[in-house]
Amino acid sequence: MTDWLATYMPHWAAVLVAAGVAAGVLVSFVGLAAFLYIWGERKVSGRIQDRLGPTRVGPLGLLQSLADGIKLITKEDTAPDGADKFLFRIAPYLAFVASFAAFVAIPFGAGLVPQPVSTGVFFVLAVLSTEVFGVMLAGYASGSKWSLFGGVREAAQVVSYEVPRSLCVLVPVCVLGTLDLTKMGQQQGGGFWNWIAFHDPFNSAAFVLFFVTATAGCKRAPFDLAEAESELVAGFHTEYSGFRWSVFFLAEYASMFAVSGLAVLMFLGGWHTGFLPFEPTEQFGFWGGSALNAAVFVGKCTLLVVVMMWLRWSLPRLRIDQVMMTCLKYFLPISCGLLVGVGLWQLYLHPLIGAYTKYVLGFSTLLFGLVVFASLFTAKGVAPRRELEGVWAKG
Amino acid sequence: MNLTVVLFAMLAAVTAASAVGVAASRSVVRAAVWLLFTLIGVAGVYFLLGAEFLGAAQLIVYVGGTMVLMVFGVMITNQGPFAVLRTKPVEWAVGGVLAGGLFVLLATASLNFVSSGKTPDDPLPGISPIGLSFLGVEDGGKSYLLPFEVVSVHLLVVLVAAAYLARAKRRVNQVASGKEQGTNKEDTRQEQGVTP
Repeated sequence: MTDWLATYMPHWAAVLVAAGVAAGVLVSFVGLAAFLYIWGERKVSGRIQDRLGPTRVGPLGLLQSLADGIKLITKEDTAPDGADKFLFRIAPYLAFVASFAAFVAIPFGAGLVPQPVSTGVFFVLAVLSTEVFGVMLAGYASGSKWSLFGGVREAAQVVSYEVPRSLCVLVPVCVLGTLDLTKMGQQQGGGFWNWIAFHDPFNSAAFVLFFVTATAGCKRAPFDLAEAESELVAGFHTEYSGFRWSVFFLAEYASMFAVSGLAVLMFLGGWHTGFLPFEPTEQFGFWGGSALNAAVFVGKCTLLVVVMMWLRWSLPRLRIDQVMMTCLKYFLPISCGLLVGVGLWQLYLHPLIGAYTKYVLGFSTLLFGLVVFASLFTAKGVAPRRELEGVWAKG
Repeated sequence: MNLTVVLFAMLAAVTAASAVGVAASRSVVRAAVWLLFTLIGVAGVYFLLGAEFLGAAQLIVYVGGTMVLMVFGVMITNQGPFAVLRTKPVEWAVGGVLAGGLFVLLATASLNFVSSGKTPDDPLPGISPIGLSFLGVEDGGKSYLLPFEVVSVHLLVVLVAAAYLARAKRRVNQVASGKEQGTNKEDTRQEQGVTP
């Protein structure tokens, strides 16, 4: 794009315009994704709790987030008297900038990346790890003990969970032999059995572990100790209102999408459908193929984000000591074991076994999914008895 | 005056201004935030030079690790609502002399720097040559793996020792008063938070 623009204007202007367009597209994408995910979160939670969720604003309640946004913008932007005003104001933007900057290196398709970074995985992990700073700062600067506790918990939790998360990232890196996210995606083309999650048992386990630690890193339930409304009022964002409060949620949904994108690129075949035996950009031209690639990639990421929502509304919140113990006593040794295991697998296993493992794992996972899906239609539902059992049940 | 120079000037200005902010601010956490901007500015200079790995390492080690632990320590150990540093005039003088000396040293070193003859448009080698020569695959089998492992195991031992020294101490003749037990339990819980 820069080369094409450079025929109309000087080179420096072309670079700036291209960067501005890319940043604009990404900001609108993140905003729109958060808009729809917040609606999705409400719908998912509604269905899980046997209610409808938003229905009034727009078709299926789709415009609910718009109504919320208007409400939040018109709310008064207050800061408590005891707060450190400068830090209090700057904290939400620090959190958002950190999670937004991660999108610089995430490819949405073959060659569809704002800036190709040769150490993409490392870059994204590094940038996402700075998001915690904004949350801590919000907790500290609010001048409220609830916020302070939220910030302290967030710091302890995220810094600890970074370790198993990074070790899990190394497991597929051992197989793929690169840190470049685009190359990682390209190596998983063809059938879905080529996806790294099905490469060997260690990578399947690493995928699950990465997803769990990434959920904890995004401070999503069951690891949302930083906000824990049953204990800390609203945790680190107790004192925030209006637009600054919503920026925290924009950051949260952006980082959810970013870690899902990492998981998809490393384990789930990136932008490949898993059925087409060729690279779409080579067959349908760059724009047609890229449209398909981006749609598949965003679809896969959305699937993982929906799983995060599903977890949030199904599992109770852990206690802070349980969260730390899970990380340090279980996840850390398990991820070290996975790293050693994948090394032994790559070095000492007979290549024939390795070649068949991916078919076995891939097709058994597909079969399992189909069986679960079919059982949804064959299972007999339980009709409600219109009366609660227990104390009201008549002998 | 090309774009790279303009971008470098902006990054350098941000880095320098926030470095002044670190020295000038009294609140510990505000100084930490200024330091955060300084470190991000330096990482930005690395990115501008094409050293992505170094920039990302700067972010993950200093911003994601060191700065977070620093503010974490302030949050846990702080008595009042906001920690404030009072600097004595002597400290200003000593710090100023040291900073001036360091500035002169760095300025002379960078002015005497002989260019390696590479232009910014040359393709950068990336991290794979570093990794390969580190493992001794290239450079005639000269491996740096053993010294690296020795240093990292040493660091691990230091960390374990620090955690051991800082653990919640149990008194031998513990008085079984309820209040003391309560505080003791709280200490243990805090220590568990600090250790990672």
